Amino acid sequence: MDIHEYQAKELLSRHSVHIPRGGLAYSPEQATYRASEIGGGKWVVKAQIHSGARGKAGGIRICTSDQEVCDAAEAMLGRKLVTHQTGPRGKLVSRLYIEETVDIRQEIYLAFVLDRKAERVMIVASASGGMEIEEIAEKQPDSIIRATVDPGAGMQRYQAREIAFGLGLENNLIGKATETLLGCYRVFRDYDASMLEINPLVVTRDGNLMALDAKMSFDENALFRRPEISELRDKSQEDPRETFASDRGLSYVGLEGNIGCIINGAGLAMATMDMIKIAGGEPANFLDIGGGASPERVAKSFRAVLGDKNVETILVNIFAGINRCDWVAEGVIKAIREVGVNVPLVVRLAGTNVEEGKRILADSGEDVIVADTLAEAAEKAVAAWQAVTMKKAG
Amino acid sequence: MAILLNRNTRVLVQGFTGKIGSFHAEDMKRYGTKVVGGVTPGKGGQTHLDVPVFNTMKGAVRETGADASIVFVPPPFAADSIMEAADAGIKFCVCITDGIPSQDMMHVKRYMMRYRYEDRMRLVGPNCAGVITPGQALMGIMPGNIYLPGRVGIVGRSGTLGYEAASQMKALGIGVSTSVGIGGDPINGSSFRDMLELFEGDEDTDAVVMIGEIGGPQEAEAAEWAKWNMKKPLIAYIAGLSAPKGKRMGHAGAIISAFGESAQEKVEILRDAGVVIVSTPAAFGPTVAGVLAEHKKAA
Repeated sequence: MDIHEYQAKELLSRHSVHIPRGGLAYSPEQATYRASEIGGGKWVVKAQIHSGARGKAGGIRICTSDQEVCDAAEAMLGRKLVTHQTGPRGKLVSRLYIEETVDIRQEIYLAFVLDRKAERVMIVASASGGMEIEEIAEKQPDSIIRATVDPGAGMQRYQAREIAFGLGLENNLIGKATETLLGCYRVFRDYDASMLEINPLVVTRDGNLMALDAKMSFDENALFRRPEISELRDKSQEDPRETFASDRGLSYVGLEGNIGCIINGAGLAMATMDMIKIAGGEPANFLDIGGGASPERVAKSFRAVLGDKNVETILVNIFAGINRCDWVAEGVIKAIREVGVNVPLVVRLAGTNVEEGKRILADSGEDVIVADTLAEAAEKAVAAWQAVTMKKAG
Repeated sequence: MAILLNRNTRVLVQGFTGKIGSFHAEDMKRYGTKVVGGVTPGKGGQTHLDVPVFNTMKGAVRETGADASIVFVPPPFAADSIMEAADAGIKFCVCITDGIPSQDMMHVKRYMMRYRYEDRMRLVGPNCAGVITPGQALMGIMPGNIYLPGRVGIVGRSGTLGYEAASQMKALGIGVSTSVGIGGDPINGSSFRDMLELFEGDEDTDAVVMIGEIGGPQEAEAAEWAKWNMKKPLIAYIAGLSAPKGKRMGHAGAIISAFGESAQEKVEILRDAGVVIVSTPAAFGPTVAGVLAEHKKAA
């Protein structure tokens, strides 16, 4: 789960990380009020969306008067920002963060991630901040400092010191940098974060160390014990199709194709999507219906998939282990009758009670295209979708 | 002999009396697994499914002589149960639970380092379908009837995709020595490489099918190991060709976040290491059959 920049900064500032003075605004009027509250003559107006690279998309503006702050807010609020991280649908700006500007002497890159190879928290730092880490890795790979934390003992002061010296900071900044690094680690550990990125962390002209930007993601499996983080969820930043599904306990990812997928198991779901692509189609979504595919869950899945107006064919692929094909078949029939499926439907069942499941589908009198194998299912779904497209074309 | 599990393995069920634990313990017994007892704190002294229930793993191991355990405990408490098993002297543990926080698994892995390598428990999972040695024993949630006993090893992250592979093989009369689900989480007990090492050393296994997916370094690591150390044919499929970058595809670990983690990149790395690639998820059966036929000719 991602949170906004201002939320991450607030968390960090409570743990010894310095941030510029700033305030939140939901309207142009509030934005100018925040600017006058902060004082000075120069501010940054920052669109709060769950994405990096906001600057290039027009989501960050430097302003030198009340009027400019007001105009910038007017231009950003209610608009969708499209960055290379948001996908073509973009993300809606409904909150702004107004911040004082600072005089920058040096920009540092700092991140805490869960390293899957070391199976530990890894700290990544570079004195070449301001660029994205991919760019640093390409242009100045030698500038990257890495350290891993022993989960039993936690991050040690010497590790923070080593990184601070490694970044080439002056002696009078080493203490501040050590506190900043240890503070970040505590936030990461205490709130079950999966990623924390401060880019840039800046050295100011007056000798301070400040987080100018902050990005954080959290482990969704740990939210049960982090209610204060769950509260920070902003549904307006999620794909509405995904919000609908996740609120109903389904694992769903929206894509750009036309063949809706309802599958059990994440691996089989990915493989089925691959098969659709190989057969010449494009999947509209990833959906893992999970272990107990009760008729209610099947119906919910149909609702989630049909909520996407681009869906022109549905493919159901269930390999029943804990499930039973006859239950799934009943669920499919129930969904057709309750939800109303007005697109071609291909169903492939395998595993426990498969014959019974197929019989239920055949006897129902509903218009269901049955397939025996994965390949057949994908081919039939793509053929059905192509027929729909042809009909539409005339 | 197969790997990890056979008809003589003595199994305890952690989270035994719950709905899920009971359902699968019964299924495992029906398949032939020697389920010798279970643990549910507070229910010690009772009998459940004809075997004794214990309060602690240490007590259960002492009374039953169990050497393996399977965990069905809910996510908030599962890491604790795994560590309890390790400390009770269990040699092999399967954790089925889906949804364990990553930091908990980090602690589990660190905790296991306190035991000498030869005494250290082997963990498979979490968030996996378990392990089956067809015709002998099942420690997991997979439907036993889709596996034919035989001489091909399977190791994969995903449960249902593993079923797909096994049933395609069964349709062609190809059997399985042992099938291992290592699970879909970013931090897991055993890696692909760990399992390849076991299969390479197993005299009942002739070839191995590896079913990977997007995200993480484990498939590449396995490829590198296999390139230099594996004599048996390795056949691999990577799911997630159509997955976008930065999106989590169901499994907590299935997210493309770094170079070398997409399906295309992993396929290239595997192919470079001499691994036979299953071109589509519908081609598990024919690809394995082809490799076995060639292997036979060469031998």
